[in-house]
Amino acid sequence: MSIQERRIRPAAKRVDLSDAAADLLRRLTGQYGPLMFHQSGGCCDGSAPMCYQAGEFRTGNADVHLGDLTVDGVGEQIPVWMSSSQFEYWKHTHITIDVVPGRGSGFSLEAPEGVRFLIRSRLLTDDELSELDV
Amino acid sequence: MATYAAPGEPGSVVTFQPRYDHFIGGEYVPPAKGRYFENPTPVTGKTFTEVARGTAEDVDRAVAAAEGAAAAWARTSPAERAQVLNKIADRIEQNLEAIAVAESWDNGKPVRETLAADIPLAIDHFRYFAGAIRAQDGAISQIDADTVAYHFHEPLGVVAQIIPWNFPILMATWKLAPALAAGNTVVLKPAEQTPASIHVLLNLIADLVPPGVLNVVNGFGVEAGKPLAQHQRVRKVAFTGETTTGRLIMQYASENIVPVTLELGGKSPNIFFADVADAPDAFYDKAQEGFAMFALNQGEVCTCPSRALIQSSIYRAFLSDAIARVEKIKQGHPLDTDTMIGAQASNDQLEKILSYIDIGQKEGAKLLTGGERKDLGGELSGGYYVQPTVFEGHNKMRIFQEEIFGPVVSVTPFDDYADAIKIANDTLYGLGAGVWSRDGNTAYRAGREIQAGRVWTNCYHAYPAHAAFGGYKQSGIGRENHKMMLDHYQQTKNLLVSYSQNAQGFF
Repeated sequence: MSIQERRIRPAAKRVDLSDAAADLLRRLTGQYGPLMFHQSGGCCDGSAPMCYQAGEFRTGNADVHLGDLTVDGVGEQIPVWMSSSQFEYWKHTHITIDVVPGRGSGFSLEAPEGVRFLIRSRLLTDDELSELDV
Repeated sequence: MATYAAPGEPGSVVTFQPRYDHFIGGEYVPPAKGRYFENPTPVTGKTFTEVARGTAEDVDRAVAAAEGAAAAWARTSPAERAQVLNKIADRIEQNLEAIAVAESWDNGKPVRETLAADIPLAIDHFRYFAGAIRAQDGAISQIDADTVAYHFHEPLGVVAQIIPWNFPILMATWKLAPALAAGNTVVLKPAEQTPASIHVLLNLIADLVPPGVLNVVNGFGVEAGKPLAQHQRVRKVAFTGETTTGRLIMQYASENIVPVTLELGGKSPNIFFADVADAPDAFYDKAQEGFAMFALNQGEVCTCPSRALIQSSIYRAFLSDAIARVEKIKQGHPLDTDTMIGAQASNDQLEKILSYIDIGQKEGAKLLTGGERKDLGGELSGGYYVQPTVFEGHNKMRIFQEEIFGPVVSVTPFDDYADAIKIANDTLYGLGAGVWSRDGNTAYRAGREIQAGRVWTNCYHAYPAHAAFGGYKQSGIGRENHKMMLDHYQQTKNLLVSYSQNAQGFF
């Protein structure tokens, strides 16, 4: 990709969100203040993104910061994290945080609303991969 | 064939109350904030009862009740506690059909399984720990001629147990039976997806347990589970679920310096060595069933054999037979005793499975059968049904690495023994595994080399109380089942006693 192409295209990202998820995040921010996501693995409600108050979940050496979500009307960006071991198996995919009707999700904040955050995925393109330096 | 009448309809063997409160201190009490949440059945998607939406106030009250009961319960003799457990088992057995139907309605799983597995296993589990606590010995160490170390088992006190929704009653029993046998009192939070069946059971056994020994607080994870996991007067937290919540529970436990038991799932390999196909006999049939076990409980099992590894020399033929076997799995009304696969436990679970089927195809995995939501028509159209699904691909794909928790198996070939072990261990998890071979040496070596806590060898999905269950790697910490589980709910008290008349000589 030429430098010029880089300028006119939006920067490649690993994470994005749907309009419905943005609406829900606006409401949750109103209730709880600044938020964060950590992508879960494992059984039951695993393989799903968990939404917490910022700082509730202690990230550390074992985590990768996938990116920050910008939500219109929400002052602070919402960081998205994943454990680095899990990231090894996910790094070729782009994820979109969406929301569906549902019930329950560990200690994730949206559950009492009768909805559940959900990941939708696609493969990153070759251009995106080279830009993200995988 | 027989189909049980749905709860609430004439002739049903079980009736749910229109509302369930918290069970605290031996009685039902309404939630402090007076709020309830609706509980739908996954069978039809329709609400059938409402359940208390607990908060920190309710958790405090339950912990206080458990604390109040702890000293007296800890003083009971093992024989007394064993008798309580045995009576619970008898009471469940006398009401097996009603509890089985309630469990099926709350979770969506086929009644065929709850009648034959979930509830009979729960009964046996209570009996096992009734026996185990009576047979437990402390150890005595002779330090020297006049000095003896006595080791006594003592209960921890109040323990918190957070239960998953895939086997609501059996998983509650796995945690309750050893904790109660060891003399602890319990505050238990059922999953918000399946909060009702445990109350059907509780109503049957409430008179058998002293008030405060067993308390149940319902509600959402963030509102009730979190204050329970964080509670400063809880002496241990046991959790079954996923890795992020598992880490959060460890984080809270570190604030209180209390132990945790975590069971966080897996991505279990099911390995079929070439010699399984040496003859088209009963053993081959058994191995084929072993492949189809991924559909048990709609795949909502932490040990779901969701990666099938088949040796290349038999790959095509074995897989072709296996797909035919999978296509014969009968999907239908969960209360029909012929139904083999029922409904996923919730709408978000259904959506998650479909999102994995989507990324599987985007990654280039080949869909061999299934792959879609199933509309069973009529009242079941609103339920959450997924076709048993078989993918072919390679182990680096996300469908080989992430727990889908649905009836989806990802299949790949391997060349030889070393290749099989390499693929099997290429996972973040290590809960279950299956090994199938007619050669005892191959099966033994593979079982020892696979990094998983439970390796089913020439069988799968058996859960006897007397076999330890738990994970390696990111599948968790600690074990469940087996008498060793008593240790997870006990302190060790050492009395170091000198029988010598003489001073030690330091001062």
